[in-house]
Amino acid sequence: MPHHEPLDGEGLPIPNRIKAKPVRKTGQVVAAIIVVLLAAMLIKGIVTNPRFEWNVVWKYLFNENVLEGVWYTLLLTFISMIVAIILAVILAIMRKSLNPVLRGVSWVYIWFFRGTPVYTQLVFWGLFAVLVPRLSLGIPFTSVEFWSVDSSTVITAFNAAWLGLALNEAAYLSEIVRAGLEAVDPGQSEAAQALGMKRGQIMRRVILPQAMRIIIPPTGNETIGMLKTTSLVLAVPFTLELQFATNAIANRIYKPIPLLIVAGAWYLLITSIFMIIQSRLEKHFGKGFQARPIGTKGKQPPLPGKTDGEPKDDVKKENDATMLGFNA
Amino acid sequence: MNNETKPAVVARQVHKAFGDLHVLKGIDMTVMPGTVTVILGPSGSGKSTFLRLINQLETLTGGEIDVDGERIGVREVEKNGKKYLQTLNDKEIAAQRSQLGMVFQKFNLFPHMTAIENVMEAPVHVKKMDKKEARELAEQELKRVGLGERMDYYPSQLSGGQQQRVAIARALAMKPEIMLFDEPTSALDPELVGEVLAVMRELADEGMTMIVVTHEIGFAREVADQIVFMDGGVVVEQGGPEIIDHPTEPRFKDFLQHVL
Repeated sequence: MPHHEPLDGEGLPIPNRIKAKPVRKTGQVVAAIIVVLLAAMLIKGIVTNPRFEWNVVWKYLFNENVLEGVWYTLLLTFISMIVAIILAVILAIMRKSLNPVLRGVSWVYIWFFRGTPVYTQLVFWGLFAVLVPRLSLGIPFTSVEFWSVDSSTVITAFNAAWLGLALNEAAYLSEIVRAGLEAVDPGQSEAAQALGMKRGQIMRRVILPQAMRIIIPPTGNETIGMLKTTSLVLAVPFTLELQFATNAIANRIYKPIPLLIVAGAWYLLITSIFMIIQSRLEKHFGKGFQARPIGTKGKQPPLPGKTDGEPKDDVKKENDATMLGFNA
Repeated sequence: MNNETKPAVVARQVHKAFGDLHVLKGIDMTVMPGTVTVILGPSGSGKSTFLRLINQLETLTGGEIDVDGERIGVREVEKNGKKYLQTLNDKEIAAQRSQLGMVFQKFNLFPHMTAIENVMEAPVHVKKMDKKEARELAEQELKRVGLGERMDYYPSQLSGGQQQRVAIARALAMKPEIMLFDEPTSALDPELVGEVLAVMRELADEGMTMIVVTHEIGFAREVADQIVFMDGGVVVEQGGPEIIDHPTEPRFKDFLQHVL
């Protein structure tokens, strides 16, 4: 394959430039042809297969109920991820707290919500108003009550759906956040302390922005997972999201396959948009990390949280430095 | 130096243990304002730990350190006729730290901020200085360490020597009375050591009180007012810069032979 990138040092006076013909890689060419052929067969099979009923797919792709399902799926994903991220950061910071009570509560939360199926949790939230008719704030085992409300007015099907998803997701995300926090070099926090910054400031201004680089890729993964987990809210039951909406149509017209394709197409489109957003976020939080040190073309960008310039062979460098200092 | 000047730092019988490891075994030291103290010693002699104690990155196990006449970390309280020590709260510790600037071996610049943002960070968020004012101050400090042209570079775009100079500017922007240097050139390529030492020498000439842990014997001989040689958690020898050329303790002689 011909390359059109500029050659290394194109304008430079290099009289003995090597112009070697690349060696033929027959295996690669053959492999590429086989893969392209298989892909073409697959696409042809899908597009021309009458049982896929593409006319039905087209008919329902922008159906009112389907679009409403897309909207609710997005809304559920969005709300539950936002709530889960906030909760996860709090849980992760609690896990690393000096206060043993906070550490314990966080551990138990993660243990419970990771350890039970999300479907079970959603059924529970759906039944919440039946199980706990009134919600109140007060001092336990006394008659002191500051505030109370009917459960059924607060825990509606929609609220139960995002709440259940968010509480479950927070447990998973908090482990991701914790890993991100722990990846930041402890020297960062020391430098900030030495400058007189307070614990909260250090977390917000120094640690979290650096942890974000580590946190974002797996969180993007979780968000895409959440997009499809929203279909489980039929356990609540909440019935307006995409999977349920397309399924309802399929049952009505006895055509399950085209409507699965409709749902699949929408999920794929939304996932694609999420991927674009994720790459933007990664760029934003990668600020200061992707840049190469000047004059060191081959050097890799520094590790997360590490400043560059720390030599591996410490001892030798140190000796050299000492020698120089003495001679100077 | 007259006798009425108050010492900047006084350490009395300082002990530090990490678990069963007795790192510092009774350190005494006095640092007068406007002087440069260089602490020498082999790896593991506890010299970095001592510096970290002064800045309260570690807490003392025993003894006492006074900075500017005030005991750090704890205060003596009297209640019902009983005297006891109580740890200071975060705000009080931050106030004590604000008199000290610290420079680390690994620079510890904030990699997600540019050079000037690194320098502005503490004035804006600790001293609550106006952003514009902080920017002017940061420009001034970066020019002082010779980095006026590199203000908008990220640390990863700077050489090790430049990064360490940004770190010095960052500490200076908080207008500390005492600067602590923890092996500031040990992580640098040999050809970059000189530029950092030059900045430190300039600071010393301006009358900054400095405590420097280093292996740079040349720097110690030229700039130090006081040399402290530590080994095995104790001060083995202490004196003016002349003791480098005329050591009396065999352990100090041995150390100098190894590094020279």
